[in-house]
Amino acid sequence: MAKDVIKAFGQGETVVRALDNVSVEIKTGEFFTLLGPSGCGKTTLLRLIAGFEMPSSGQILIDGQDVTGQPPNQRAVNTVFQSYALFPHLSVAENIGFGLKMKGVAKAEIDSTVKEMLALVKLEAMAGRKTSQLSGGQQQRVALARALAPRPKVLLLDEPLSALDLKLRKEMQVELKRLQTETGITFVFVTHDQEEALTMSDRIAVMSAGRIQQLGAPREIYTKPRNRFVASFIGETNFLNATAVAGGGKLASGQVIAADTAGKSGPVTLAVRPEHVTITAADEAGAIPAEVLGSVYFGTDMNYQLALPDGSEIEACVQSGVSGEASIAKGAKVGIRFAPGSVLLLED
Amino acid sequence: MAATPGAAITGQSEAERLLEARSTRNAWALSAPALILLFCAAAGPLLIVLVYSFLTKGPTGGVVWEFSTEAWLGVLYTRDIFNDGNLVLADAHLTIFWRSVKISLLTTLITFAVGFPTAWFIATRPPKARAFWLFLITIPFWTNLLIRTFAITEIIRNEGLLNKALIGIGLISAPIRLMNTDTAVLIGMAYVYLPLMVLPLFAAIDRFDMRLLEAGYDLYASRLQVLRHVVLPIVKPGIIAGSILVFIPSLGAYVTPRVLGGGKNMMIGNFIELQFGQGRNWPLGAALSMALLLVVMLAMILYVRTATKGGKSHG
Repeated sequence: MAKDVIKAFGQGETVVRALDNVSVEIKTGEFFTLLGPSGCGKTTLLRLIAGFEMPSSGQILIDGQDVTGQPPNQRAVNTVFQSYALFPHLSVAENIGFGLKMKGVAKAEIDSTVKEMLALVKLEAMAGRKTSQLSGGQQQRVALARALAPRPKVLLLDEPLSALDLKLRKEMQVELKRLQTETGITFVFVTHDQEEALTMSDRIAVMSAGRIQQLGAPREIYTKPRNRFVASFIGETNFLNATAVAGGGKLASGQVIAADTAGKSGPVTLAVRPEHVTITAADEAGAIPAEVLGSVYFGTDMNYQLALPDGSEIEACVQSGVSGEASIAKGAKVGIRFAPGSVLLLED
Repeated sequence: MAATPGAAITGQSEAERLLEARSTRNAWALSAPALILLFCAAAGPLLIVLVYSFLTKGPTGGVVWEFSTEAWLGVLYTRDIFNDGNLVLADAHLTIFWRSVKISLLTTLITFAVGFPTAWFIATRPPKARAFWLFLITIPFWTNLLIRTFAITEIIRNEGLLNKALIGIGLISAPIRLMNTDTAVLIGMAYVYLPLMVLPLFAAIDRFDMRLLEAGYDLYASRLQVLRHVVLPIVKPGIIAGSILVFIPSLGAYVTPRVLGGGKNMMIGNFIELQFGQGRNWPLGAALSMALLLVVMLAMILYVRTATKGGKSHG
């Protein structure tokens, strides 16, 4: 879909590459998420697809057709804006019908499509209201319906849930997924919220510094992060510096952690999720000795900070007990184990 | 201090009543100077004009205290001196009214056509530059209107800047006569009233959410359609305010048509002045003033009604 796209701002020495040779193919009918911190280029990529910006070089293809030079009003792509950008002078129904009206669709057809869209986002009762009379969640639905009404080939969503409170956001996540399945339209969703990305997407592209760091299904991104950025941006991760030896990585203090380090030598970075760290008795065979530095209560979970013999710190996440009290005291000498296959070798 | 609960309640409400009465009294006392000034400066003179319009004209100006509707008839009709003083439609008056309305409407249109891009430009500058541009727009207000108008004659007269420049670059061989034409009046009026159009438009565009442009553009609207279906309906209150601010003073303009239009291209303002001066027909001048006031008031009520209703049915 986007082919070798470079978007550069500025000129000469001060040039900033918002997108640096990004190539990504989005499949028809898929829920695709661009995930990354602010300034990573995800919104720029979205604006390139919408046509609000032109790439410095490279192409944008939709359905195999080059649309790089086309203005937004000629692309079969609609956007749900972060601020919704609803037209304040129009009613809910007129907002939804706007795109069709501009396309020159017959009035009767506009009316029936608007009705259909109102039903789709469950706002039938609000058709005649001004958008200023709606709640944030309702405005969000109008914005969705307005962008879906012309049946675009691609729907772009620019952090549409960021203005909603937590409960509403969860509801809308389910709602968005439902809309996408019902309409079968390709969704390209931009967010900095990893949970949003993991729960809704078919595939995720994790972006940083204008590049795609990793592209894959949510499960793959979470369980097999390719590099340090992806591992730390998605979920919590412990990083360990080790030296590659046969069958694992050797810590500076001599203990060997089992991992697939085949074909590697020299210093490597290992990653392991806190929930894959188990705390055992200090003298258990094969366990790495550690000292408890402290604990934090998270409701369902309890996080322990531990110091390894080489001086590095790691976190272990265990289910909290019935009482919610830490069962292991600060300063206690314990052993830790990693779930088999949970320690990953990162390409740095 | 042997107060029963009931007495306490009435005592309290009594105190409240007193306080309330006092605050009402204070409100009147505080606004009295403004009210007196408003009455003496606005309502009073208007009342005098209204009374004068129903009196008989004096032989050498002034009025004779004798009731008459002659002046009001004189607004539209004139007495045919050759035919027993029958009433006939006064063509000269109608020509003046028509010219006034035409020039005022054109002034409103021109100031809008020039003012809208100007206001848009200013509203889309960074805040600091914005203050600078707005300052430039208001600078003409610092100079006397008469001086500004004479400055325009310096530009548009036969030997003026404009003609000299056009001849200089070889575009024309003989100067274009602009002075003492409707065009000259129009140029002057558009120049004088432009800030009154730009400022309300700026205020409206400044409040306009520029992200709506992208939304419209994204939803298959061309640039022109975005302007027509998104921008104009939303900044409509500014357009209405600007048009009223330009149209009303244009209709009653005096200095500009006098200086740039000469004696022949009279507008209502000059015509009214004529009645109080050389015409020595004070009641007619008064009746013309009142008629102008009434017509403008009615026109504005109608305009605002249809404009806002149009917004609703559109919206």
